[in-house]
Amino acid sequence: MGFALTPSQTVGPFFAIGLPWEQGRFAVVEGTPGAIRVGGVVYDGAGEPVPDAMIETWQADPEGRFADVYGFGGRSELVGFRGFARFAAEDGDGSWEVVTVKPGAVAGVGGVVQAPHVDVSVFARGMLDRCVTRIYFADEPEANATDPVLSRIPEHRRQTLIAEPTEQGYRFDIHLQGPDETVFFDL
Amino acid sequence: MSSVPEVSSEERELYQGVSDTPTSYVRVGGAVHPPLDFAAYKSTALRHPKQPLVFLPQSVTEVTGPQLGGERVGAGDSDLTAQHGGEPIGERITVSGRVLDTEGKPLRGVLVEVWQANAAGRYRHLWDRWSAELDPNFSGAGRCMTDDEGRYSFTTVKPGPYPWGNHYNAWRPAHIHFSLLGRAFAQRLVTQMYFPGDPLFEFDPIFNSVRDANVRERLISRFSIERSAPNWALAYEFDICLRGPGATPFEEAYG
Repeated sequence: MGFALTPSQTVGPFFAIGLPWEQGRFAVVEGTPGAIRVGGVVYDGAGEPVPDAMIETWQADPEGRFADVYGFGGRSELVGFRGFARFAAEDGDGSWEVVTVKPGAVAGVGGVVQAPHVDVSVFARGMLDRCVTRIYFADEPEANATDPVLSRIPEHRRQTLIAEPTEQGYRFDIHLQGPDETVFFDL
Repeated sequence: MSSVPEVSSEERELYQGVSDTPTSYVRVGGAVHPPLDFAAYKSTALRHPKQPLVFLPQSVTEVTGPQLGGERVGAGDSDLTAQHGGEPIGERITVSGRVLDTEGKPLRGVLVEVWQANAAGRYRHLWDRWSAELDPNFSGAGRCMTDDEGRYSFTTVKPGPYPWGNHYNAWRPAHIHFSLLGRAFAQRLVTQMYFPGDPLFEFDPIFNSVRDANVRERLISRFSIERSAPNWALAYEFDICLRGPGATPFEEAYG
């Protein structure tokens, strides 16, 4: 230990002047075969859409490989795969969407296999730190059943992390608070 | 060394990273970051989870991160005073510093994004209703990548304070928003940089959401006469420290 960690502060209401960019919500280049749209609505504790949330996603490619800085875990060979997407709207209505591919299974801690998942950061005015959650996929019931992270979550809350298939991809709503509160993680 | 467990060659290959790439990051908890539920900042009321956070083991998903530099940063993106035909109004300043981890290691190739109000305290955003004028020569957003020593630098104008609706006579101290992607999902940080001696500090619930006064000081930049450029700009320094490697990276990665 030595150097003093810088504390988090809220992203505030005006991040859209700096953080969005045209390709930001694309985790793959447009036109990638198998590309899907993943999105939903962010809700607050009153059940109202949160119009000024920023969503970031990070994930493996369909082979379970990442597009990370150092090729850690084996570098993705999918052309145009960034693995990261940022949805940040200036005049939002509470909905969010990113364009990506469905990830494959990846290794978990201790050599266990993790079900396909996407890591998610949620930022907004009124949130003094990001909230971290994960997207899992409803059409992976077997992989989900043995996933080491899902298994840590009380059964009645697991459903909050399961994205449902849609015509173009998957729907994943995020409830910051309330009866359907999304499971958030201590990372 | 009995603590090194057996791993299959397949697993070994999967986790083979560059030697300086951490396989876990320190868990810091509430001692540093502000609580998500903080009544004095009213917007937190409906926007914080009430259920306890679930412990997430740090797997390859959490210890990897994107590389956005080349795509996101263009020449001139770090000079917020040179994005239009003329000079913006206000006090020209430079803001520079280093991005380190908790081991003191400089982090190179980290995307640093900033955004701020103009000198009058107005953001160029659809929803900003403050009556102060927009400045046609100032957009208020910048980007750069840290160099091999973890250094970044911006040229901008000092943002003004501005009123907001949190409580009667509420004003934000002057600040610049910072977003750092880090090198791993686990290192992501969004924060705000303040200026030394601001009289609004004691009244601002966002600044004071960091509960420990000593920790709060880390959000305040330092004025530097040495870095100030004669007849050009005053200089402020702001070092940013992201989470470093965890205590038992190997064990945590392999179980």
